[in-house]
Amino acid sequence: MMPADYLSVVLLIAGGIFFLAGTLGLLRFPDVYTRLHALTKADNVGLGLIVAGLALHAESWTVVGKLLLIWLLVLLAGASVAHLVAAAARQRGIKAWKR
Amino acid sequence: MTLLQSVFDALLGFALLWLAWQALASPDLFKGIVLFIAFGLLMALAWVRLDAPDIALAEAAIGAGLTGALLLAALARLDKSSWRGFGRTPVRPPEGNNRDVIHPSKRDTKSAHEKTRKPKPITENGKGQAAFCGLLVVSLSALAAGLGYAVLTLPSQAPGLSDSVAASLEASGVSNPVTAVLLNFRGYDTLLELGVLLLALFGVWSFGVVPERRESSPGPVLDRLSRLLIPWLILVAGYLLWVGAHAPGGAFQAGSVLAAAGVLWLLTGWRLDTRFSGWPLRIILVAGLGVFVVVAVVLILMGGRLLEYPPSFAAALILLIEAAATLSIGITLAALFLGSRPETGPQR
Amino acid sequence: MNPAFLYALVGVGLFTLGLYALIVHAHLLRKILAINVMASGVFLVLVALATRTQGAAPDPVPHAMVITGIVVAVSATALALALMLRVRAETGRAELAEEPLE
Repeated sequence: MMPADYLSVVLLIAGGIFFLAGTLGLLRFPDVYTRLHALTKADNVGLGLIVAGLALHAESWTVVGKLLLIWLLVLLAGASVAHLVAAAARQRGIKAWKR
Repeated sequence: MTLLQSVFDALLGFALLWLAWQALASPDLFKGIVLFIAFGLLMALAWVRLDAPDIALAEAAIGAGLTGALLLAALARLDKSSWRGFGRTPVRPPEGNNRDVIHPSKRDTKSAHEKTRKPKPITENGKGQAAFCGLLVVSLSALAAGLGYAVLTLPSQAPGLSDSVAASLEASGVSNPVTAVLLNFRGYDTLLELGVLLLALFGVWSFGVVPERRESSPGPVLDRLSRLLIPWLILVAGYLLWVGAHAPGGAFQAGSVLAAAGVLWLLTGWRLDTRFSGWPLRIILVAGLGVFVVVAVVLILMGGRLLEYPPSFAAALILLIEAAATLSIGITLAALFLGSRPETGPQR
Repeated sequence: MNPAFLYALVGVGLFTLGLYALIVHAHLLRKILAINVMASGVFLVLVALATRTQGAAPDPVPHAMVITGIVVAVSATALALALMLRVRAETGRAELAEEPLE
């Protein structure tokens, strides 16, 4: 294995850990707002790490560009959808969780 | 590595069955649909594991995305009270005739029953119900065992038609074997499929105008998002259409991405201007089928057989048909999402 | 075991699960979901069997059929949902009228 391969493995595993944390938050957090918070933040970073890990393996710069584009589009869509879900929940009168 | 893959396959298979069960048995319809969308996304993973990236693309866009959007839109039109949304505490408004929703006053007494998520059979009578359920489970188990046995006794090596496809791929005009089968070797399947799509739309339109949901204003975020995403979606659709000749992609994947753009646009409250919802819309809707039929007829008149492309024109003909089909598939699927015939007339 | 057969068996399981839900549930939206799950099961069996020869490229003909099938399934789903909404508008319930059992 080349050094780049080790780096890529580390990045992919780190990305997986972020996804795991986000999913754990989705399952364990008490209400829709906290769940959204866990999911969007952790998954955006996780996907970024996975994209970085895959980009080290890419055959050409076009593939790197496509991977980056996917990440940017998911960031955009994820942030907007999180906002829309939260706004819909607030409109429906769901109270934010308090300890 | 193979052990890791086997573990992944087993986990994925288990997750698919579990999600399907949860989606079908969940007492909350909204939750069931969301689980079904998750099920579609896992199906896309399964397609990748089975070396079928073309299907994975189609499944992710159509099976999970568009079917989910259709189901959620239908649920919203059904009755606001038959689902409870995504709040923390379930609030279930009473609804007499909906057996899937449990009446709030009966909630406590039925909570133990609800926890098991036992589906409620059609028969009312207690004894008959148990007998019916038992018989059903026994006969379906027998069916599953029989089908499983039939699958397992098949020979483990079978190239099928892949050798014939590989042998004629050179003359088909494209180098992606799936596109070659879809648009060339079995082009009549695709021709008829475009017909089915159109017929489904005629069916939906013939139910008359469904009272339109009152759209709330999209708000700045959705508006901005759609303005940013729709040009990208159209670009991706064009890319998928073009790349389908030699890599995973093609008219169906491109058409469904186009439909996603249409659905997003419809969600922001945009409606087709009535000037264009008459003939112009209908011409686009039938363009795919029309171009296909014209090509088929011209080829027959030129002395060939049905959809037998001359190898020198094959690539151009396939691209022409695919371009028209992409447009038609995209607009038809978006129109199916809208669910009612757009108003026609000179001015709104 | 060849993973193709594992997926084919999962497909059989999905088909049976969907059939069970189709028979047992009265609500039409659930029946539509059940039919979609059944369709996924059939597609999974088809594609899994297409790829069962190990070390060879999968058979593209079932792949093309499944892509066709996915598009037909979504159009059938849209039509079924429109029918369901019409039944709801006519009768006030999203269920079919029950015939008394003899």
